[in-house]
Amino acid sequence: MSAGVRPGQAGGAGQGPPPELASRTIFEESRPGRMAVSLPEPGVPSPGAEALLPAWARRAVPPALPEVGELQLVRHYTRLSQKNLGIDTTFYPLGSCTMKYNPRLNEQIAALPGLADIHPYQDPDQVQGALELFYELEQLLAQLTGLEAVSLQPAAGAHGELTGLMCIRAWHVSRGEAARRTRVLIPDSAHGTNPASVTLCGMEAVPVRTADNGRVHLADLERKLDERVAAFMITNPSTLGLFESELPAMAERLHAAGALVYLDGANLNAMLGVIRPGDLGVDVMHVNLHKTLSTPHGGGGPGSGPIAVRSFLEPFLPVPRIVRGEDGRLRLETDRPQSIGRVKAFLGHAGMVWRAYAYLRAHSGRDLAGVAKHAVLNANYIRVRLRDHYEVAYPGMCMHEVVLSARRQKRLGASALDIAKGLLDRGFHPPTIYFPLIVPEALMIEPTETETRETLDRFCDAMIELAELAARDPEQLRQAPRTLPVRRLDEVRAARQPVLRWRAEPAPADRPPLAEGDACAAASAGVPATR
Amino acid sequence: MSEVPAGLHYTASHEWARPEGEQVVVGITAFAVESLQDLVFIELPKLGDEVRRGERFGEIESVKAVSDLYSPVDGSVVAVNEALANDLDRLSRDPYGEGWLIRIAPRTSLPEALAGLLDAAAYRRLIEQEEHGGG
Repeated sequence: MSAGVRPGQAGGAGQGPPPELASRTIFEESRPGRMAVSLPEPGVPSPGAEALLPAWARRAVPPALPEVGELQLVRHYTRLSQKNLGIDTTFYPLGSCTMKYNPRLNEQIAALPGLADIHPYQDPDQVQGALELFYELEQLLAQLTGLEAVSLQPAAGAHGELTGLMCIRAWHVSRGEAARRTRVLIPDSAHGTNPASVTLCGMEAVPVRTADNGRVHLADLERKLDERVAAFMITNPSTLGLFESELPAMAERLHAAGALVYLDGANLNAMLGVIRPGDLGVDVMHVNLHKTLSTPHGGGGPGSGPIAVRSFLEPFLPVPRIVRGEDGRLRLETDRPQSIGRVKAFLGHAGMVWRAYAYLRAHSGRDLAGVAKHAVLNANYIRVRLRDHYEVAYPGMCMHEVVLSARRQKRLGASALDIAKGLLDRGFHPPTIYFPLIVPEALMIEPTETETRETLDRFCDAMIELAELAARDPEQLRQAPRTLPVRRLDEVRAARQPVLRWRAEPAPADRPPLAEGDACAAASAGVPATR
Repeated sequence: MSEVPAGLHYTASHEWARPEGEQVVVGITAFAVESLQDLVFIELPKLGDEVRRGERFGEIESVKAVSDLYSPVDGSVVAVNEALANDLDRLSRDPYGEGWLIRIAPRTSLPEALAGLLDAAAYRRLIEQEEHGGG
């Protein structure tokens, strides 16, 4: 972090770019004719775009790409990256997101030329090795989940939810039951994506209450379970970080009522190699490769949300399916009449497949259970160190994350938001706040297994200091953060009047305009401007 | 402690209902507004829409979360506070007054429609529990 851009901090001058420079866009750095590379004259005749492309395929106006030198470019993006808090720089206990370390081995494997340089349009016969990794990851995920068939197509967790629900719906259609089975039961502690996926799938989300012990309210589930229910969508461990020990009994009731059980696999990290969800009665689930299996998360993604299903649902999985022929070679099969169709271009996010495969191979056998056990141990360590300073939302052991409530601090004048902002000043990414919705002033802390005890202690020390500050001087906490490039952002304005694209200001006289029109047209380079 | 006016009827999901003639004016409580913090968006039903007690009639979004709005009574919507769409500050400022949400013509008689809702004392106990925990 360059000290010079920290408002409110004395003595920063000369240690970094002035604030106005630090917050410039790459377009504002641009000067006509400046470039990073000088290309040599082509050694072969070059007929020009007019001769090569029909008029409709040519831009009327050149793309407004920024013109900068290589060093400017490097500095610009390095500065941006320094403003970011990321897993490589900071403890990142963002609950429900499993921000675990992304092992560098994964990157080495994904960069192998035989994987990095192939093209999705290549003939399957030329990329058998890559397909083998898809095929084997499917097998590994089936083993891990205790389910029989896997599709690697979904691009993220929520996409996996939608794909899984579409398979469930297709199954009800095949049994002539889809017309009446339009409801999906969802605990009120669920991720917001669950009801959103249900709605997108054309069904109705029906909330099920949480009991006093933080688990699904069994009587409420029973009350809502009838012949209109298509599925029960449950997260285990729940978003409260609690294990739903009654899941097998609930699954039995659901199955008896003709409905299926969908598991939101967001919290699989707590069970990895210890419990197979299939053994708990789950019929369909998704696995977040970008959480549980250590592929990059957030801005560094893309995500990947494969789904695993029981064998009776396999005919409905997206096409193409990767199948092994009698000659031992892998091929892509599309002739599956009951399939819900394709949900993603090609076979999904291949780069994430390579990384997740590398992770699973590196953590085979006993090692994988160690991941889950350390994740749970770390969360409980934090719970016990903080339980006298914050309210713990639900009593007892937690799984891979602990949900605290800042209710006590709120009464003193500092909310969960203020504590989160205070953590920023102390060098930590904040936990998830105000989720799950059923816990007032929630602070949802998920340390993951990849943190040392020293880091956990530093974090707990900071949390305890913040609790003391909330009691002593809440106003000071309401002013946080003081040490970051920006202070409190205007979240209301960001939500009500979002500025979604940058536009060039009218250029001053000494700076010729970048190009005609919107600088963000650069994003659409290659798309015909007129046709 | 948030303001809980006497004479109104309340739900456990933090809506209030105020009888006016044969109709019921509905809003959300000061406690709800304070918990949500800065409001950014509200979605309300259309005139004539049917609403049912305990079922969703709209949603409200704050910088913290999106929350469903639940109807305290069965009936049809006879008025909607259109002014809120452009000025949610009215709701933050005055949740029991100019921040009202909808007006409902109950399907049944007024006493029947309001039966079973919480009175101010019961609602006050409820939010005390939410504020001070124990659960």
